[in-house]
Amino acid sequence: MSSTASTVDYQTHDYDVIIIGAGGSGLRAAIEAKERGLRVALVCKSLLGKAHTVMAEGGMAAAMGHVWPEDNWKVHFRDTMRGGKMLNNWRMAQIHAMEAPERVFELERWGALFDRTADGRITQRDFGGHRYARLAHVGDRTGLELIRTLQQKVVSMGTDVFMECKILKLLPDSEGRISGAVGYMRPTGETVLFTAKAFILATGSIGKSWTYTSNSWESVGDGHAMAIWAGADVIDMECVQFHPTGMVWPLSVRGILVTEGVRGDGGVLRNSEGKRFMFDYIADMFKAETAKTEEEADRWYEDHINNGRTPDLLPRDEVARAINSEVKAGRGTPHGGVYLDIASRRTPEYIRRRLPSMYHQFMELAGVDITAGPMEVGPTCHYMMGGVRVDAETQAATVPGLFAIGEVSGGMHGANRLGGNSLSDLIVFGRRAGIGAADYAEGRAGSPSIDAAEVQSVIDEAFAPFGRQGGDNPYDVQHELQQTMQSLVGIIRTGPELEEALGKLEDLKGRVSKLSVKGGKAYNPGWNLATDLPSMITTSIAVAQGALNRKESRGGHTREDYPGPDPEMGKVNFVQHQTGEKGYLAPIEINPEPLPEMPPELRELLEEAH
Amino acid sequence: MTVTDDATPTPPPVPAPEVAPSAETVTMKIWRGDPEGGEFTDYVMPAIEGEVVLDVIHRVQATDAPDLACRWNCKAGKCGSCSAEINGKPRLMCMTRMDTLPEGAPVTVAPMKTFPIIRDLVTDVSFNYEVAKTIPAFKPGPEPEGGYRMAQVDVERGQEFRKCIECFMCQDVCHVIRDHEENKPKYAGPRFFIRFAELEMHPLDVNDRRELARSGAGLGMCNITKCCTEVCPEHIKITDNAIIPMKERVVDAHYDPVAWLGRKILRRTKKTAEEASAG
Repeated sequence: MSSTASTVDYQTHDYDVIIIGAGGSGLRAAIEAKERGLRVALVCKSLLGKAHTVMAEGGMAAAMGHVWPEDNWKVHFRDTMRGGKMLNNWRMAQIHAMEAPERVFELERWGALFDRTADGRITQRDFGGHRYARLAHVGDRTGLELIRTLQQKVVSMGTDVFMECKILKLLPDSEGRISGAVGYMRPTGETVLFTAKAFILATGSIGKSWTYTSNSWESVGDGHAMAIWAGADVIDMECVQFHPTGMVWPLSVRGILVTEGVRGDGGVLRNSEGKRFMFDYIADMFKAETAKTEEEADRWYEDHINNGRTPDLLPRDEVARAINSEVKAGRGTPHGGVYLDIASRRTPEYIRRRLPSMYHQFMELAGVDITAGPMEVGPTCHYMMGGVRVDAETQAATVPGLFAIGEVSGGMHGANRLGGNSLSDLIVFGRRAGIGAADYAEGRAGSPSIDAAEVQSVIDEAFAPFGRQGGDNPYDVQHELQQTMQSLVGIIRTGPELEEALGKLEDLKGRVSKLSVKGGKAYNPGWNLATDLPSMITTSIAVAQGALNRKESRGGHTREDYPGPDPEMGKVNFVQHQTGEKGYLAPIEINPEPLPEMPPELRELLEEAH
Repeated sequence: MTVTDDATPTPPPVPAPEVAPSAETVTMKIWRGDPEGGEFTDYVMPAIEGEVVLDVIHRVQATDAPDLACRWNCKAGKCGSCSAEINGKPRLMCMTRMDTLPEGAPVTVAPMKTFPIIRDLVTDVSFNYEVAKTIPAFKPGPEPEGGYRMAQVDVERGQEFRKCIECFMCQDVCHVIRDHEENKPKYAGPRFFIRFAELEMHPLDVNDRRELARSGAGLGMCNITKCCTEVCPEHIKITDNAIIPMKERVVDAHYDPVAWLGRKILRRTKKTAEEASAG
């Protein structure tokens, strides 16, 4: 096998359903499709059980009503829509709120061990934007519990798993149905073609395109980009969530997540003057349900019915912007964040029991004892609300044979995701996509067929950097891309900066097409990054284009030149796709399209006080 | 615990680095190689305040050695991907601060020894994934009306073991397999002893895996030197809370004549190993 020859051999594997990505949603989809008796495989870029889901800390939102019997799916639906600034796909938000409790109980039947109430039921924790304590959790390592439970279930079912395999591109058959996926095995560099009747994208986020991010190297937007290159629609790409509390010091850990559970369990934000500044940032939309004084906010932890919620637990977009403003106004910490204080409000024993991994994270990485003093925190790129436009019932994308779930799908969270709604999203829509893809695969006649020349051209392009001389080092291009997105397409955006970003991305696009790499094909991170950069370019362009077109501020998308929401803009999704020429070098079209219309009975729920 | 012996051969002399070592630099001795063999290579990097070993590895990748292979994901001690032997001791690279290592001395970074080399710092840990397949799944008893109820104190025993991030450093340091490849087929290792313990102590599980833990997983081969407990980044008391209680339960199940008689006479609440293996 030669790296540059035009006839590289590749292994082939055929299945009914292939799931790309083995985080929470991919694993949940695999279980569902496997239970139908289909031939199912999971393909993942890291080892099984290492996906970004393990980073989720606080919990999964489900209106089980174990702590507050007043809670139900209607309140959860309302909170989700309001948190998403009404840009959500209403039907997805409804399905999510209705089905999340059953999905949580199901995890318990598969061995998950959630924290309990005094009477032995699954207990629930307060989180930003949720009217009631709603998050089922395991201390502050709920994502690990979710992934391990699903991983163990998948393994016990005998599911085939291809670990450390990077997928480069999806390929259609002659009728345009997605039928193949080409990639390589990272340990050896061997190329591989998967064929299947249905493909589910569960590839997670795009956050590695920013400098300060809670995301790992894997979050380069593979799924978003491959969907675009396959001709599928993506929506809301401008809606990127900056989590308000990432670590800020030391610099090497800047961006690492500090769970919202710190605030859910009593922690408060303070500026350098010691002031609880969140009381100054309560938007009209949330005034009625938010505490007006510190005393009321503190009473709320014990009595949610007669007191407003602490503004420390406003939705993430509100808190992130507030922190940004405080730092800009000169009231930040020495390292450019604000203080998150739980030490003065809860006992050391309570903090260590409720937030054990936060305790260790700060102790070991920053030398800070969070039971004795405050943490320094600031916004970090965290979550992608936008993604592949899907059918709410089945998660089918707009090209046949393709499905998308979790962070790579769009619509569920609108312009801003509430904390805790991500893990529940994974299991609710993971299951539905498993059913949707299984139905589609069963209904599809014949064997999927792929044009061998197309496979070859994907492989040739992937190996091309080995044969080039004098091109950029992939790490340098990635660094510039991250700086561009961080400084020009960050938490606060302006039209001229977005245009500048698009210009720079155009330049970087050309440099990506001429990269050079050293070394061999076996486990070569430099080359692996070279094959990630096309995805990073495509998704970054889509984010910048979306942000330029959405001339308003809504949820995770904030325009300094359009500081308020625009009711007309709130009626549309910006839909992006490629027609004709496809790939990272080709342009991406963008058009506004009306949101699906919400039925009146659901609209009424949004107006009620709770 | 010390693993000073033979993780890889003694570092040979290396070519003079481009940057001269000084107080502002740090010398990383990183093992480079593949299944055919390899050697330590020195990389002299600027020292930066607050960094962990993984940060320096990333800077080496971004500058001198873009093809330096290492696994990592979360960079926050939550995924267990970046296990390596740092100055001879199994550690997570993302949780090992440079300023906790001896100042001025080179930092040695080698791959885990117990597993076959893929490249550089990346090893083939598939042994662990194969063992995982052999452990019968969780199986709950009948669900009562209104759902299962469990006390917090009862779930906490299992929760301790479910903190495991599968970094496999306990497997790496366990001398039963570290220096004895021939033991791998009959020994599951500490990571999976805590899995057995977790299931055994799960308030809802009805499978009985004790005989399997004894016969198939080689629980008896562990002679409780606690090396695994010492390296666990999640501070799980692997030996005291999992292995020793499991050994006691296995002994009770296997050798205790009263327990044996009881099993014959009384209705069993858990399945036998054979039944459990079958599903």
